[in-house]
Amino acid sequence: MTKRQIVLLASRLVQVLPVVVLATVVIFGLLQLVPGDPAAVIAGEYATAERIAEIRHQLGLDQPLWRQYLGWLFAAMHGDLSTSLITGQPVVEEVLRRLPNTLLIVCGALMLSISVGVPLGLTAATHVDSPVDRVVTTIASLGVAVPNFWFGMILVGFFALGLGLFPTTGAASLFQDPRAAVMHAALPSVALAMGGTAEIARQLRSAMIEVLGSQYVRTLHAKGLPQSSILWRHGLKNVSLTLLTVIGLVFNRTLGATVAIEAVFAIPGTGTLVVTSATNKDFPIVQGTVFVLVMIVIGCNLLIDLLCTVLDPRVDK
Amino acid sequence: MTDALLDVRDLSIHFRSGAREVQVTRKVSFTIAPGEVVGLVGESGCGKTVTGLALMGLLPRGRSRVTGNIFLGGEDFAAMSPRQMRRVRGRRISMIFQEPMSALDPVFTIGEQISETLRAHRDVSVGEARARAIEALTQVGIPEPELRYDAYPHQLSGGMRQRAMIAIALVCEPQLLIADEPTTALDVTVQAQIVEVLGGLCARLGMAMLFITHDLGLVAETCSRLVTMYAGEVVEEGHIDDVLVRPRHPYSSGLLRSLPALAQRKATLPAIPGRVPTVAEMPAGCRFRPRCAHARSVCEDPQSLVDSGNGHVRCCRQEELVLPGALRGEVAA
Repeated sequence: MTKRQIVLLASRLVQVLPVVVLATVVIFGLLQLVPGDPAAVIAGEYATAERIAEIRHQLGLDQPLWRQYLGWLFAAMHGDLSTSLITGQPVVEEVLRRLPNTLLIVCGALMLSISVGVPLGLTAATHVDSPVDRVVTTIASLGVAVPNFWFGMILVGFFALGLGLFPTTGAASLFQDPRAAVMHAALPSVALAMGGTAEIARQLRSAMIEVLGSQYVRTLHAKGLPQSSILWRHGLKNVSLTLLTVIGLVFNRTLGATVAIEAVFAIPGTGTLVVTSATNKDFPIVQGTVFVLVMIVIGCNLLIDLLCTVLDPRVDK
Repeated sequence: MTDALLDVRDLSIHFRSGAREVQVTRKVSFTIAPGEVVGLVGESGCGKTVTGLALMGLLPRGRSRVTGNIFLGGEDFAAMSPRQMRRVRGRRISMIFQEPMSALDPVFTIGEQISETLRAHRDVSVGEARARAIEALTQVGIPEPELRYDAYPHQLSGGMRQRAMIAIALVCEPQLLIADEPTTALDVTVQAQIVEVLGGLCARLGMAMLFITHDLGLVAETCSRLVTMYAGEVVEEGHIDDVLVRPRHPYSSGLLRSLPALAQRKATLPAIPGRVPTVAEMPAGCRFRPRCAHARSVCEDPQSLVDSGNGHVRCCRQEELVLPGALRGEVAA
């Protein structure tokens, strides 16, 4: 690491802090807008007003909002995201138990998107206006337009129910039974990967077309460099910034898309956790899960930012 | 002209768009002797840059068609396969461009861009390539070349970038350098430095140069011969001293007379009226006729390039016309 990169790292970390604070305010604040009283839920249908007030006091719901927020934030910083209102289990445990299932399909989808999207985009860019290019652009438009949960159901119908190649629903632990975990994650990953693949192919295509038409690429030709070196060495390094940014966006979007996909495949991940807890008014779980997911997204953006500074000498503070 | 380094014969360039095809240059012919510096002048849109790119085989393959011959040391470059062309480019002919910022790859260091050129053509080690690149940087007058080797284009000034560009072009010691308006994007003071660097390198390396420009002052300083292009055709070709004093073509004369000279302050600068015709509105006969003050009915016939005694000219009235040029002293100042 050079001195420049250390300075950049430090300044990026400082810039991220306000984002984190703002995110926690939003996460905490949004749930205050939800109608209904969690204390009433816990107390049950026939509880007396005194009983509900007692529960409110136990949960600290009678405190002013800012105190509730600071208390929550302070605990969160120490890894305590409170306990579930329904089961009484620590939220952190519940989220961490479910997170691997979600991350497995998200990472699977991301790897698929990159390994399919990058060659597609590059091929289209080097064959502009040819039939190959038209096929790729059409596929890419379809990929963006088709909803992934619908595609997921089609996949289940064909590969799981029809051919019996993959399990239809559920998940397995990657640590206890890796093979089963991968088999379970395969179809959801493919369904999730579609949008990302299309996005990466499209963005890479247009970025590469721009680079290949640039004046410096003309210089590279004038120098007598072989085509392979122009495309893979100079072309790829010049589009790498765009590529990284798109990959970051695709990761974040895929993480969000898991809510629907996990429902289709009945995967016990964070997406289903948020949905069921929200319906049960189990607010600490919703808050905690969203908090963890937001931190992952912020961390991912930070990582992409740092990689960009390493790749592009022009990026400065 | 068997001793010529470059012998361009009847070079016509056509651009295709869909089913339509338009001719951009028509039967351009000229020669360059080894070590000779030739100026190629004309207004924007006359086909100078396109000709330069065609000499490098850099026109987009699918969208252009080139006819004619480009003999480089006896071999026809125009007839070569893309693979053979690639081996010639950067090694025997190099080219530098107008805009040094956009002509350099922004994410590679200057040094990397020089040494990779060398390594594409010669079997040299990484260390040797680095040493040669630093040497090239020294030759083009970049201070502290060891440090600049690791600099990125955005860290250099415009003049330094153009010097780096020249270093890339000359690292394989080519026989011919095509300089496409290398000073147009630079400050006037820097322009003079770049021209000096180019002139010095030609003399030192025995390198020939095709200097494409619309700045006749620079041509007068550096070139020994002048080729004037108008609307895709060569209209005059001759020794610089002859053309400056007594141009044979009204267009050359007009270009020379529109040069501002310090001695004629406050005098009205004679300009050529109108503009270069587009391909669609190309006049029949002499292409310069609509803008020419000397046009007669004979000019409505197609003109051919004829011997003018010590050069060539494409004007049927060349023998009767006595056209004003620019005095050498004025131009050089």
